[in-house]
Amino acid sequence: MTTPAPASTSTIDLVARFPGVVQADARPGYSGFIVEKDSLIEVATAIRDEFGFDLMTAVTGVDYAPDKMEVVYHAYRTTGGPSLVFKVQVPRVDPVEVPSLIHLWPGVDLQEREAWDLLGIKFTGHPDLRRILMWEGFEGHPLRKDWKEGFYEEDTKPFKSRWPDGQFYMAEDKNPFKDNLTFPQNFDPEKWIPEGDALLYGALARYTVKSEEGISTDRIVINMGPHHPSTHGVFRAVMTLDGETIVGLKPVLGYLHRNHDKIGERNTYLQNMPFTDRLDYFNSMTNNFGYALAVEKLMKIPVAERAEYIRVIVSELSRIQNHLIFIGTTLNDLGAMYTPSLYTFEERELILDVFEAISGARMMCNYFRFGGVVRDIEEAEMNKIKDLVYERIPPKTDELDRMLSENEVLVSRMKGVRMINAEDAVAYSVTGPVLRAAGVPYDIRRADPYGIYDRFDFDVAVRYNGDLMDNYLIRIDEIRQSLRILDQAIKQIPQGPINSQKPQYQVRVPAGEAYGRVESPKGELGYYVVSNGKPNPWRYHVRPASFVNVTSLEKICVGTKIADFVVLLAMFDMVMGECDR
Amino acid sequence: MYGKGILKGLGVTAKRFWETYTEDLAWLLRGKKRYYTEEGVRHRSSKDQKGIFTVQYPEERLILPEEARYLPFLVYNELADGKREILCTSCGICAKVCPPQCIWIVRSNDPTTGRPIPEPTEFFIDADICMNCGYCAEYCPFDAIKMDHDFEIASYGRNVYNMEQLLKSSEYYKSIRPQNYAREEAARKAEEEAKKAKAAAKAAAEAAAKAAPPPAEPPAASAADTQVNS
Ligand code: SF4
Ligand code: SF4
Repeated sequence: MTTPAPASTSTIDLVARFPGVVQADARPGYSGFIVEKDSLIEVATAIRDEFGFDLMTAVTGVDYAPDKMEVVYHAYRTTGGPSLVFKVQVPRVDPVEVPSLIHLWPGVDLQEREAWDLLGIKFTGHPDLRRILMWEGFEGHPLRKDWKEGFYEEDTKPFKSRWPDGQFYMAEDKNPFKDNLTFPQNFDPEKWIPEGDALLYGALARYTVKSEEGISTDRIVINMGPHHPSTHGVFRAVMTLDGETIVGLKPVLGYLHRNHDKIGERNTYLQNMPFTDRLDYFNSMTNNFGYALAVEKLMKIPVAERAEYIRVIVSELSRIQNHLIFIGTTLNDLGAMYTPSLYTFEERELILDVFEAISGARMMCNYFRFGGVVRDIEEAEMNKIKDLVYERIPPKTDELDRMLSENEVLVSRMKGVRMINAEDAVAYSVTGPVLRAAGVPYDIRRADPYGIYDRFDFDVAVRYNGDLMDNYLIRIDEIRQSLRILDQAIKQIPQGPINSQKPQYQVRVPAGEAYGRVESPKGELGYYVVSNGKPNPWRYHVRPASFVNVTSLEKICVGTKIADFVVLLAMFDMVMGECDR
Repeated sequence: MYGKGILKGLGVTAKRFWETYTEDLAWLLRGKKRYYTEEGVRHRSSKDQKGIFTVQYPEERLILPEEARYLPFLVYNELADGKREILCTSCGICAKVCPPQCIWIVRSNDPTTGRPIPEPTEFFIDADICMNCGYCAEYCPFDAIKMDHDFEIASYGRNVYNMEQLLKSSEYYKSIRPQNYAREEAARKAEEEAKKAKAAAKAAAEAAAKAAPPPAEPPAASAADTQVNS
């Protein structure tokens, strides 16, 4: 019944193909290849065109202070299989420069900007390398190991001040200005000109479209957001309009940025688990899953059999409730006001009741532990899940389908409004339902199975038009597939322990790197964790689905009407908590 | 037919509207109360729920499962003489595992002997920073800190709880988490039994040793003993 899990990295021999410029990464616990900086473009082109790694999912940097910086790339094939990891190492002297891969994979755009913003790695050849998460006047690059924030207390937790003589004080009181910002030297807020906005509008001014014959129209730049009801959080889209048509668009992020990565590097491994809940706050279960996978890979520990099933059950329930909210809020964005979202929230509440009973919280579950889960699903809760899976959710999904899918208003707003085609979706590293609705049957649960997903019989939902209607219908398809998985998991779940390890508040993690990724309801959610054997991760990076998907927003929106923008954005099912971290 | 889809959709809404009243009527005919009773709330959050599912907070409340967690509190046992026995030994594990580091414990030494006193002198939890993760309760080796069900903590200022505000009796703990309490009590009893049995066995062995003639080389035997123990 069990098929062996595929190797986590591909066995392609890049060293033989590029002797001299590519080396295998021989550090203990590491894998992949180290590419010479000057041949990066050449090697990357071969990786994409010769070896077929067309989906570049994760790009990030690691600061190996004090001597070098590293940029890590994770490339995958959309046909499935393990990743190809390659890295570039550069000396840690200013400026740290690495060639940009944006012309090969346009999807690295925002990720390279993020690496620049947080780590100060300059990607030469990137056309629009601005800060993305921090504001333009921000001092320094926060993920560098020598950067310290305003309320700095200690490099890593646990802080010594808490015990054994922990007199309480407020962190704000340590800073005379009571804020945790550090400003550049000689900074005068009165005289500061936000260059970022000038650059931003400058970037938009690049766009020229030929005006209609005989009619000259003025272009207008408008800001949608950051506080717009349709942007599902604090997201700002700066658009240039020609009449009603969008001719240029730039997403502006960072309004909800909490520097999750930095917090993660100061936490211990276990302490990160409840923080992952807060990324995509609708799906704390899948967030936990990805992180647990990455750390378990590093620790090389097995997962208890019963826990494997519990993990699948809770993450599929999570997917169902996420898609339900998605449908409700999308209809809300289309102007259906409150009714559909209320109906979808009914089912969601029932699922959250189960989560609360097993984990203690409705949304911030903090349910996974390394090697298993924290608490068993008792008989009573299992019966509740069975009721939901067999009696409650299937008819309600049908009802939702009946209510919406043929609704004339809905169909006329959605049918034929193009989202993205398959080729562009892959180039822009779009993952999740949006990619599958464009006709690429790429689902990590099948393409590169994790946990025990290879034991279940289900279809990867795929639709081929790539329009809004398909993007909406694919969610309903996925709910039905999740129900199929749940049915099998509930029937097969064995008795037994729910954790292969003893509960311990401090885990031992050997040195090395690991990338754990799951098919979250929004797309690929990955965690890149580097350990140096100490109690805290050296590097902790989240590759969120929303953030990378939004790279393609410009491509999607240019040429469409502004009225459709709200729905086009809604289709990404963005959660800003995950996007900005 | 154009408009059929819209009619279908409206039909779904009409059904909900209708069901709310038929359900009310059905409960009425059965002589039960659908609102403001625990049974009613329970039904409205079950799979059989139909029609309206809202709960009229604060008159009605959702029923919290036992595991529900909000803020931590410290458990004490009420002793016969009215004194409080605080279970916490100020070992510091909760302060070390707390992800946002919002637990502050003051541990002090006995002024005469200089040895640390097990009971904490002060215990602060910054409730505004607490992320309700439950780690402190999960990893406390003495079951001295537990997660509360009380979620109504709105206030005008910062909520930094000191030990006085954090302490709650084990009776209270038992009332909100009966199953956990029973499980822990059973474990404690079992441990005590084991201890007692061990002590009894030891006493019996000693008595037997006394009764028997002294062994040939007592120092060697005791050395072996310490080795096994260490
Ligand atoms: S872990 Fe338990 S016993 Fe130790 S200090 Fe915290 S509450 Fe007290
Ligand atoms: S619940 Fe979590 S965050 Fe709150 S005090 Fe306990 S360990 Fe800290």
